Amino acid sequence: MIKHLLSAEDLDPEHAVAVLDTAARLDAALSGREVKKLPTLRGRTVVNLFYEDSTRTRTSFELAAKRLSADVINFSAKGSSVSKGESLKDTALTLQAMGADAVVIRHSMSGAPRRLTRWVAGSVINAGDGTHEHPTQALLDAYTMRRHLRDGSGDLKGVRVVIVGDVLHSRVARSNVRLLCTLGADVVLVSPPTLLPVGLAAWPCEVSYDLDATLPGADVVMMLRVQRERMTASYFPSAREYSRRYGLDRARVALLDEHALVMHPGPMNRGMEIAAEVADDPRHSVITEQVTNGVSVRMAVLYMLLSGESE
Amino acid sequence: MPALPNPVLSPLGALKTVLSAEDVARVLDRIAHQIIEKTRGGTDVVLLGIPTRGAHLGRRLAERIANFADVAVGLGVLDITLYRDDLRTRGFRPLGETVEPEGGLDGKLVILVDDVLFSGRTVRAALDAITDLGRPRAVQLAVLVDRGHRELPIRADYVGKNLPTSPDEQVKVSLIECDGVDSVAIVPAARGDNLATTIGTELDSRDSDHDSQDVEQDPDETE
Amino acid sequence: MSLLIRQARPYGEQPVDVLVVEDRVADIADSIPANRGTEVIEGAGLVLLPGLVDLHVHLREPGREDAETVRSGSEAAALGGFTAVFAMPNTDPSADTAGVVEQVYRLGAQAGLVDVQPIGAVTVGRAGVQLAELGAMAESAARVRVFSDDGACVSDPALMRRALEYVKAFGGVIAQHAQEPRLTEGAQMNEGIVSARLGLTGWPAAAEEAIIARDCLLAAHVDSRLHVCHVSTAGSVDLLRAAKAKGWKVTAEVTPHHLLLTDDLVEDYDPVFKVNPPLRTAADIAALRAGLADGTIDCVATDHAPHALEDKETEWGWASPGMLGLQTALSIVMATMLECGALDWRGIADRMSVAPARIGGLSEHGRPIEVGAPANLVLVDPVARWTVEASELASKSRNTPYQGRELPGRVMATVLRGRPTVRDGRLVRAVQAGDPA
Repeated sequence: MIKHLLSAEDLDPEHAVAVLDTAARLDAALSGREVKKLPTLRGRTVVNLFYEDSTRTRTSFELAAKRLSADVINFSAKGSSVSKGESLKDTALTLQAMGADAVVIRHSMSGAPRRLTRWVAGSVINAGDGTHEHPTQALLDAYTMRRHLRDGSGDLKGVRVVIVGDVLHSRVARSNVRLLCTLGADVVLVSPPTLLPVGLAAWPCEVSYDLDATLPGADVVMMLRVQRERMTASYFPSAREYSRRYGLDRARVALLDEHALVMHPGPMNRGMEIAAEVADDPRHSVITEQVTNGVSVRMAVLYMLLSGESE
Repeated sequence: MPALPNPVLSPLGALKTVLSAEDVARVLDRIAHQIIEKTRGGTDVVLLGIPTRGAHLGRRLAERIANFADVAVGLGVLDITLYRDDLRTRGFRPLGETVEPEGGLDGKLVILVDDVLFSGRTVRAALDAITDLGRPRAVQLAVLVDRGHRELPIRADYVGKNLPTSPDEQVKVSLIECDGVDSVAIVPAARGDNLATTIGTELDSRDSDHDSQDVEQDPDETE
Repeated sequence: MSLLIRQARPYGEQPVDVLVVEDRVADIADSIPANRGTEVIEGAGLVLLPGLVDLHVHLREPGREDAETVRSGSEAAALGGFTAVFAMPNTDPSADTAGVVEQVYRLGAQAGLVDVQPIGAVTVGRAGVQLAELGAMAESAARVRVFSDDGACVSDPALMRRALEYVKAFGGVIAQHAQEPRLTEGAQMNEGIVSARLGLTGWPAAAEEAIIARDCLLAAHVDSRLHVCHVSTAGSVDLLRAAKAKGWKVTAEVTPHHLLLTDDLVEDYDPVFKVNPPLRTAADIAALRAGLADGTIDCVATDHAPHALEDKETEWGWASPGMLGLQTALSIVMATMLECGALDWRGIADRMSVAPARIGGLSEHGRPIEVGAPANLVLVDPVARWTVEASELASKSRNTPYQGRELPGRVMATVLRGRPTVRDGRLVRAVQAGDPA
């Protein structure tokens, strides 16, 4: 079993499906119960090391760990893009001394989780590092897709996923492209050319600048958050032009097949990349379900990574 | 995939069969009758099989009880992977499915069904799992084989066969549903990893059957 | 004082005895007897080259003596076979006045292990806004001829034009760190396939090439010299080749690490591989090697950039860019250029001694090995190999990208104005500081 989850690349097809299967079983095990607790990780210590504010992801991991009876420590790491605060290495050595079995780290700089693995003996789980990866987000997205489109089992072979938005700055996009490809899905990235990375040719996906052309036949449309501030660096001329050309509005939703899912990793910029009514549309939107599934998936990841010796 | 059988230990020569297919059927008949007798008719009874082989045995017992006493006992499957005490040492195991019987467990007489009773740790985990699912009136235990060497104060209420063994021997239970044949055999001691290859799918790490089997087995058994 | 080097092979050619008296080469012959009191260095099997000259090092003093000092940097240089180094002005305070450059110059003379030639900043505080007092620095005891804002680019085109014009008055040259700042805001590594995968902001090749193209045109227009620091892309080599074909007075340097290391080393996010300009692709490396071989790139310069441990043992985004280079330079050039035959020993002598001395205006270094020449020499064992161990390097810092690598070639002796600074591959302690040439 793998020891760390730093990137969606760490999961081969077998492991990726195993995570989803485990999440499904955990979901089934706990649903309907009044007391949502399992003793599996009793006595283990899971540390949430969040350098970036994210109540949503942090509480998701916290809930996941607690449901498996692990002890959870929230280590608030000070420091911003301006001031460094305590060095990552020193923080890591402190966590080591505390006996952390797993460290869940969110950091504003790409690569920080990988650096952390040099200094802690436990498992490291990447909860989002800079613009690099957010593997558990991709897992819960895949889990959600599988539930609706593949009856909750197997992989995602043949599922057509359209990912729309700021791919250049999106760790969710990177993890999703990788994991979806591993699971056999077909991925199309839609974005203005300015928000696509140079070097995209090496990625296992299609690219399009035309959202309307890609929507018919899509099984999933995943909208990524686009920050209005990108406008000042000339990634696009105005918020209006962006949402006109790349926003998911009612007219575009009408182009979707009935079974198609609308997803968003959150937080949403209602009105920018997604119209408010679309986000709430019960026929397609599974956005709130994504959040629920996050806990089951993160439970599965914790269970798998903290299982004894690595293979 | 299992490797080729070890030429030194051929399956036929090394295994000592202690129960044949007919023996297994007879033993299950007897346990079913005992359950009917001891529970005074089998009403309010729920059988919970521990996967994989315990689940098959549970189903077979439920069928027999229905035949013999015309009573439909509740039937469920209880996966105990999440309640094991050896997660750290044994590594990742895929989770099995838990199926709660219709009518739940509250107030019922729950009979856990497993193939081999050895250290008792599997049953301990099962008791914890049951506590999280409901509050039975009482819990009893039915096993096909009791091979001794208890590490916890646990005993079975219904035993198919008492099988004295030495701790480093292995007890191999085969059932038609997953192994193609019904039998119980003893596999001699040591050469753990060679046994893994001769026995084949039995010790495949993906088979959650392994759960109940190897909790009772040697710590050095390969996964 | 005299020194006899026995049976060394100048430029890897026929073995001869070389006699050094005071600070000059006095005699070269098949066999020279040693007088009493003559120090003897056995040179059999060793290659004799003019002492190496490094046009681009960071000695960190004044300001960051925790990372390096002029003395520790000089030790590393001598062990690397160098007899002269040019010290970049991004110190604290900046070397943008006569006072600071003279301070660095004196520190170098005191250490007495290499000739330390200070480089003066082009603009005050290297801020790129106002010209520093280039004339004062040129006239100071440090006699500065090379000016650079290295670390920063002189990006204002009008200012760069003025600087190119101004230095003509005293035979100076502007050494440009070519990096268009607006195209490299927040950049962390080469922009390409690897950066897209690792989620690190990219540093596009065009940001270097655009400045080089502009500055070549400006230098030609005002008839001034231009030197381009640490060239790193294939496109840059093409531009330089075109500029030289036109007869423009453009020179360029390449670092050893840009001849060997590619951007996929960044995979692990280990900041030891973080450098500015960044490591690029295999195609860029091939073009740089070809450019160095055919002379489009005039010389090798290490851009020796020591950094304290806490500036490297941290998250990639926070880490300071830069690599050590002085002690490994010759070995890397041997591995990348000599072993495949792209350059012979004469070529190496040219790229690592003659050309940089000429560009930097050092008359006593990079001279042919002949009677009457200044005795700035280096003896290299061409068949020895050594394994890089960061903690054993002379630098105060440890940020070498070659940790644990086995490299060819060992500097066995370095001679500065007739006095050995390195013997048997080790520093000669108690070297007296003589008057610099």
